[in-house]
Amino acid sequence: MELTGKQKIWEKYQKEIPSDSYYYARSCIRQNFWPGSENTFIKILREELGKDIKDEAHHTTCTGIAYHSDVVPLETTMTVVARQFSLMSESGYEHFVPSCITSFGLYTEILETWHEHPEIEQTIRNFLKESTGRTFEKPKFLIHPSDVIYSLRYEILKKARYRLINIETGRPLQCVEHIGCHYAKMFPDAGVGGAEFPHVLAGMVEAWGGEVIDYPERRSCCGFGFRQYLVQANRGYSIANTKRKFESMEPYKPDLIVTNCPGCPYFLDRWQYVISEMEGKIYGGDGYGIPALTYEELAGLVLGYNPWELGLQMHQVSVEPLLRKMGFLYDPADKYVVGNQIIQDRPDHPDVLKVL
Amino acid sequence: MSELIEHLKNDIRIRESLNACIHCGTCTAICPAASFYDYDPRELTAQVHEIISRQDEDKLKELLSGDYIWYCGECMSCKTRCPKDNVPGVIIEALRSLSQDSGLFAESEKGRQQLMIKRSIGEWILNYGYCVVGDHLNLDLFPEQGPNWQWVLDNIELVFEKQGAHFMKEGSGAMRKVPQQDLDELYEIFKVTGGLKRFETIEKFSETKAQQMGMEFDETHDCEYFKHVYTHNSKK
Repeated sequence: MELTGKQKIWEKYQKEIPSDSYYYARSCIRQNFWPGSENTFIKILREELGKDIKDEAHHTTCTGIAYHSDVVPLETTMTVVARQFSLMSESGYEHFVPSCITSFGLYTEILETWHEHPEIEQTIRNFLKESTGRTFEKPKFLIHPSDVIYSLRYEILKKARYRLINIETGRPLQCVEHIGCHYAKMFPDAGVGGAEFPHVLAGMVEAWGGEVIDYPERRSCCGFGFRQYLVQANRGYSIANTKRKFESMEPYKPDLIVTNCPGCPYFLDRWQYVISEMEGKIYGGDGYGIPALTYEELAGLVLGYNPWELGLQMHQVSVEPLLRKMGFLYDPADKYVVGNQIIQDRPDHPDVLKVL
Repeated sequence: MSELIEHLKNDIRIRESLNACIHCGTCTAICPAASFYDYDPRELTAQVHEIISRQDEDKLKELLSGDYIWYCGECMSCKTRCPKDNVPGVIIEALRSLSQDSGLFAESEKGRQQLMIKRSIGEWILNYGYCVVGDHLNLDLFPEQGPNWQWVLDNIELVFEKQGAHFMKEGSGAMRKVPQQDLDELYEIFKVTGGLKRFETIEKFSETKAQQMGMEFDETHDCEYFKHVYTHNSKK
């Protein structure tokens, strides 16, 4: 059917998301700081929704953080990405799902470059063959895990044990959503809703009962800036940009922040602690910060998963105030129980920010 | 034409991301770096356009030797809005590559910081298969991680196990140990495609600069030069 009028206009903001058979590539940042999120994504797909997802040992970093910090040449990065595609092809999959937004943006850029310049693709094929003996097929679909969760948000809702609703007031939780710069600013067609109407996280929040806050700095960068955070001398760039977002969202009294990129929740979590230490300023209510979650963590909470198996104890900003608002039943002591062992050690408390 | 200008002109990132600028200034308005540093992506784009069209090697060397090209955070917010399809963030990538490969990065305070990045995430890629390795991110280098991260580091295997991760263990899973055969393939890719050469260039010019600055230099994170480039900010 030929699309016309408004249907035609909206076509470019849609994204085709395959419903099954995914090859998963883990994220350097997500698996370090939010390892429970990656496991939650796989658990939701396999155990809740009966999907097929390949999670194997042989893939590596895509080099994205090093590439955008400029220590790795473009040809090297392209060849490492080609190797990832080779592993996918070898496993018999066609739907490549990288867990990181930096990776997702980079893969998109590389596929686009190869499409526009087949001679570069050929050069990379030669590099890969020479260095590893490998060949590869390009993925039929490149999708971010949040695209998958977005496409399955109503399936998740059917199994939900909790909603994004304040049980005391009965009102929707007020949610900040942050999609991450490299999701759709570089190649708007690659993201759900494009750069103009990004809906990948907003769709989850709305489906699960929450309300999205439309605040002035909603689309601004989290403040990572690659080398601007990695090098200590430059970190003023990072915290200043993140602070601008906090100042902008604060009047809307957010109950939570949900993020797409694995790096963004790191900055939106850690810089709250630092700002509280530097300036005595706290952005959440009652002396606590605003919990900054990954979308997998949010989906896991909606499904009623154990918060400590989701990894919410990894956050510097305590998530317990959010759990209480949701009416979430949890065992505080289980945070420190691993199988038959108990972690005796307890985290020190910051001087200003209240934690539980 | 000079070799440097020839290199820049032939970089696919310049070919795809540098067009005539109409000076609308949208890129500058939305740029996080421009709001923090004395940096203007509109001006950068015009400057590079002029350097290439006039084949002004002196000006290119000046640009590659200075701090200016190191201010961008590569968030690529500039890409979305440019009516002429310029991408200052991608132009920056090409300039930074050339600055490192020519050794001129060592002439600026911000450029010299590349040694720290090479010796951390650069080397972690080859040693572990990851850009980030959590147990190397201690509070001395990353104090903003906070006391909770210290608790994670102190109990890392158990905390990860609770979440079903396999910290530096065989098999699949979060933070698994990447098999040696895969690390070997990564190394070969870096060797064939110029990744190792860039690492060597960064080390070589950093060592020369350390000698010129009269600073102790060795392969560790503890030497005077490494600590200096990691922490020194003359513009505080």
